[in-house]
Amino acid sequence: MHQPKQEGAIRFLLDGQVHEVRGADPTRTLLEHLRGDLRRTGTKEGCAEGDCGSCTVLVGEPDGEGVAWRAVNSCIQFLPMLHGKALMTVESLSKDGALHPVQQAMVDRHGSQCGFCTPGIVMSLYAKAVAAKGADASPAEMLAGNLCRCTGYGPIIDVANGVQAEAPPAVDLSWVREEAMLDLTYEDPVHGVTRRWLAPRSVEDLASAFIEHPDATIVAGATDVGLWITKQRRPLKTLIDIGQVAELKRIETVEGGVWIGAGVRYVDALETLGGLYPELGAMMRRLGSAQVRNSGTIGGNIANGSPIGDMPPALIAAGATLVLNRGGERRQMPLEAFFLDYGRQDRRPGEFVEAVIAPTPRPGLVFKVFKLTKRFDQDISAVCGAFALTIEGGVVASARIAFGGMAGTPKRAGACEAALIGQPWSEATVEAAMAALDIDYTPMSDMRASAAYRSLTARNMLRKVFLESSSPGLLARVEPESAHG
Amino acid sequence: MADSAATAPPMTDAFQGVHASLPHDSAARHVAGSAVYIDDLPEPAGMLHVHFGLSTRAHARITAMDLSAVRVAPGVVLVLTAADIPGENDVSPVIHDDKLFATDTVTYVGQSLFAVAATSIAAARAAAAKAVIAYAELPAAIDISAAREADLKIENSQRMARGDAAAALAESPRRLQGQFAIGGQDHFYLEGQIALAIPGEDGDVHVWSSTQHPSEVQHLVARVLDRPHTSVTIEVRRMGGGFGGKETQASLFAAAAALVAVKTGRAAKCRPDRDEDMIMTGKRHDFEVGYDVGFDDDGRLTGIALELASRCGATTDLSMAINDRAMFHADNCYFLPAVEILSHRFRTHTVSNTAFRGFGGPQGMIAIERVMDAVAQATGLDPLEVRQRNLYGEPGRDLTPYHQTVEDNVAPQLLAELAASCDYEARQREIDAFNAASPILKKGLALTPVKFGISFTTTHLNQAGALIHLYADGSILLNHGGTEMGQGLFTKVAQIVAEAFQVDVSLVKATATVTDKVPNTSATAASSGTDLNGMAALNAANTLKARLVEFAAKKWGCAEAEVAFTPRGLKAGAELIPFNDLCRQAHLGRVSLSSTGFYATPKIHYDRASHSGRPFYYFAYGAACSEVIIDTLTGEMKVTRADILHDVGKSLNPAIDLGQIEGGFIQGMGWLTTEELVFDDQGRLRTHAPSTYKIPTIGDRPAHLAVKLWEAGRNVEATVHRSKAVGEPPLMLAISVFSAITRAVASVADHRIMPNLDAPATPERILMAVEDVKARARV
Repeated sequence: MHQPKQEGAIRFLLDGQVHEVRGADPTRTLLEHLRGDLRRTGTKEGCAEGDCGSCTVLVGEPDGEGVAWRAVNSCIQFLPMLHGKALMTVESLSKDGALHPVQQAMVDRHGSQCGFCTPGIVMSLYAKAVAAKGADASPAEMLAGNLCRCTGYGPIIDVANGVQAEAPPAVDLSWVREEAMLDLTYEDPVHGVTRRWLAPRSVEDLASAFIEHPDATIVAGATDVGLWITKQRRPLKTLIDIGQVAELKRIETVEGGVWIGAGVRYVDALETLGGLYPELGAMMRRLGSAQVRNSGTIGGNIANGSPIGDMPPALIAAGATLVLNRGGERRQMPLEAFFLDYGRQDRRPGEFVEAVIAPTPRPGLVFKVFKLTKRFDQDISAVCGAFALTIEGGVVASARIAFGGMAGTPKRAGACEAALIGQPWSEATVEAAMAALDIDYTPMSDMRASAAYRSLTARNMLRKVFLESSSPGLLARVEPESAHG
Repeated sequence: MADSAATAPPMTDAFQGVHASLPHDSAARHVAGSAVYIDDLPEPAGMLHVHFGLSTRAHARITAMDLSAVRVAPGVVLVLTAADIPGENDVSPVIHDDKLFATDTVTYVGQSLFAVAATSIAAARAAAAKAVIAYAELPAAIDISAAREADLKIENSQRMARGDAAAALAESPRRLQGQFAIGGQDHFYLEGQIALAIPGEDGDVHVWSSTQHPSEVQHLVARVLDRPHTSVTIEVRRMGGGFGGKETQASLFAAAAALVAVKTGRAAKCRPDRDEDMIMTGKRHDFEVGYDVGFDDDGRLTGIALELASRCGATTDLSMAINDRAMFHADNCYFLPAVEILSHRFRTHTVSNTAFRGFGGPQGMIAIERVMDAVAQATGLDPLEVRQRNLYGEPGRDLTPYHQTVEDNVAPQLLAELAASCDYEARQREIDAFNAASPILKKGLALTPVKFGISFTTTHLNQAGALIHLYADGSILLNHGGTEMGQGLFTKVAQIVAEAFQVDVSLVKATATVTDKVPNTSATAASSGTDLNGMAALNAANTLKARLVEFAAKKWGCAEAEVAFTPRGLKAGAELIPFNDLCRQAHLGRVSLSSTGFYATPKIHYDRASHSGRPFYYFAYGAACSEVIIDTLTGEMKVTRADILHDVGKSLNPAIDLGQIEGGFIQGMGWLTTEELVFDDQGRLRTHAPSTYKIPTIGDRPAHLAVKLWEAGRNVEATVHRSKAVGEPPLMLAISVFSAITRAVASVADHRIMPNLDAPATPERILMAVEDVKARARV
């Protein structure tokens, strides 16, 4: 068996200098390291769950010949995830007491009040200045992950609209491109467990490592697993970081569709998926925040099997195929088949999600996605409905409909689909299909929505599909897509 | 693209004191990340982390509390329970009913039972989880209706009345009744609660506390430690947001940290994480409102009976004053010819609700605004017309339900000006046309006023102290009892002092609020920070100026009347002495260059037994017009436009005031739309983090938001430079959003039916209200 070289130290560039960390708990967050170990206290903890953005930093990583920067929430980045990358914090910006232009603009525009969220907002604005991933968007899209409780955001929007582009600092990350696998061991004195962190650099090494440690937790962007530590305080023993596996970050055209590796982050798939399915793209722009989309992966969204993950319903409706890998052996299944029950997926020990294949839409496909949330941006769905229909000669030729938030898993609406297929695309058919959703789903009530509201809006989403497709020009969405384009 | 109407006047090279849009005094440090919050302070060697063990029951008797496994867990240095408290087991602001640690019973989920001090926060948390607590459940009343049924109250229901409401109602040409509910709100300050305590000699302790009320924290810590106030010093340079949530709620954390520090001789930090913070600390009171209103065909009110009921939580905290303030604002800007306001303060087995920007005022105000909407709906009149017809006016129509005469009423002008400038009438017609043609999306428009009473209604709190040192190099150290939480208080008071001495504001250093500099202070609350502390600082400056004038007249041989402070220095007869020179000369001349200043608000008095008097020195006013669009298939809503005209008197700092107005409006919008606190039937808060509790984010700001300060504004009372308080009033401008949503929902049945819409108007509530209106329209 191939035995990769082992590496026991985390190394990354901080303000251009190599920073090495040995002996740290691999589940120590970057934020804890910055504040607690380095006393770089400009980066703040507001929520420790990646929802407020006070801890926003910029992380650079090799991207082709250069370095691509992205704003991430340092509160849910584990320290080893920085290995081989470059880091900038708010302290990196002002040189010799002189403020960076985005900082000065925030002062001039009265963009801070209590100032606690401000460093995070400054970093998101700076991300735009240096053309970081996903930062070429509207202020609403770029800054939805930076909560401010004081200002009402007006001055911040003004600053965001005026950000001047500049070259990011030149950093050389070529020194980390050796093949060593990060392998860290730590004795946790609090929980009395030995913790291991493995960061393989190839699919082959990942497959072997997971066979060897089938109980390991796989970490990709840590936008979910991060909370298992910061919120649930699970004393995880073995973690396998797939972030160093370049092969898993591939997006490529394959027969019939697009292969999206399990390590592909939302922001990197946005253009491709949004190109195939514009409404999926629009939904993805509201999924999490820029920081979350810069870190979280589509593979993780699927693999963790959340009933309220937003990617599965849309991908199921699109007819996506899941690719699993166990010890190098691959198998494929329709995505919907992966979700067996609440918290249970069709994944064998040592088997991991390698990719999802999104099919190329057929011409004429009606594809609609509705993400219904309490707050429009950066909120977990109460209901997420996805509809893929083909209408031929006024008759529904095919229908794939899936919902999140309506059951213990992302789930297809079989009865509803059956009520549509072969029927005329008419109000009467739609009414019948709406009623059939009650056969498909018995949703629950929770803090996001009541069961009654979920059922009603699921039905109404189908009505909307009908109205929008049969009455072009009808105003049926409070937030036109263009507002977020 | 943000509308840029909220821009401040340009800065110039000329002298700038008051009325200038100077940046926040910490702005450069905020953006650089160098502004120091308590968690940013260097941690002393050996510092301990303090973590609370919490009740998991809403109401139960503690039958056993076994902490043996906690005590022996790795890293644990100390475990504290009620038995370890040397003084009184109490951290309450008013009536001694908030325990530091529960003893025999628990009365809400999240109540502190014990505290662990350990070498790391992870160790403290893991240890606390090893506690074995046995409970015997007791009946719990989680919400208002359960408490109403069980008749649980924190005090007797209060009645405020003027005239004979019952008789007026009986004689009214028209009459209607209704009720609705208003949700609570979490403060969601970005910096959570925190305290860092460092022990001193002789049982003393210095506590850095993120608090709006350092004096109260000092007094409570001293009481817990059984030490005199002189033993305890509380310091706060700045908070990362307060909004009322750090008025009383900081004491618990400060007391635990201080107790650990004193007991162990080590520094101790107590910083709950976001979830613990939201579970453990009080929130804005949720209310249920009932009304019985009489009116004529012109929409003029003839009589009204209002019943306000609130969820106070398990203890009293500030609920008495908060509910009083709800009553004080149930008139808003309207003359109520015969009025009775009944207020029930229900005790529930949930965390004790507390101060939150507006302090009950918003709940009272939205009650009467709801009545205005209902009367408009019933009469078919435009809601703005109904509002204008009911405004306070000439003598005979200028007496509040608490018998204070409204002497500074500017609401009629504000409403008229805003209605004209935002094109209210034409837009109502456009919206009617839009709604007639749009089956799914519906729009609504509403213009509502705000009148907010300024002063603590507990009269003795209306006092403040300040301390100014002039150093021999001409730099000025400013200190006062007010705390900085982002509202720009330090900046405004520094401007007042700079103006007094005619020096550049950069010479004035506003320093951390510390209880050993200015004693016995009131909370920075009730929007009063600048009114009180600004005046106290001005008084201190005037004392020093008088000494300098006397000194200069003697030294440079002129009459005192010939001495004047100018931007270029002190003019003494023909001499011009630069300020730094003046200070040096005065020092050499043995002049005391340090002075305190004190201020107590005049004119106010109040008799709580009869609920009458003059609780407020003056009123702050504003008006807002909001436009919304709703989706009648999903309930989704967007505020598309808001226009605000607000009266801050003569603004001390227009940029800061605009920021307070805009921020307050958005925060109020959150309260009434997306911010929903959900407690389950066991009394557990289900929305205790930003993943589930949704404050407005950047995209929620209306694409068009135009905020204007009312140019004619000038306080009729002699406040500092004729300014007006601005902290709380703008929050209530957001009531216009709720009324606009109500109107959009009503358009579904052509305004023939008054929607049953409660706050917050989440997408679910909006959709269900739409469905309800449709169903009632079909009958």
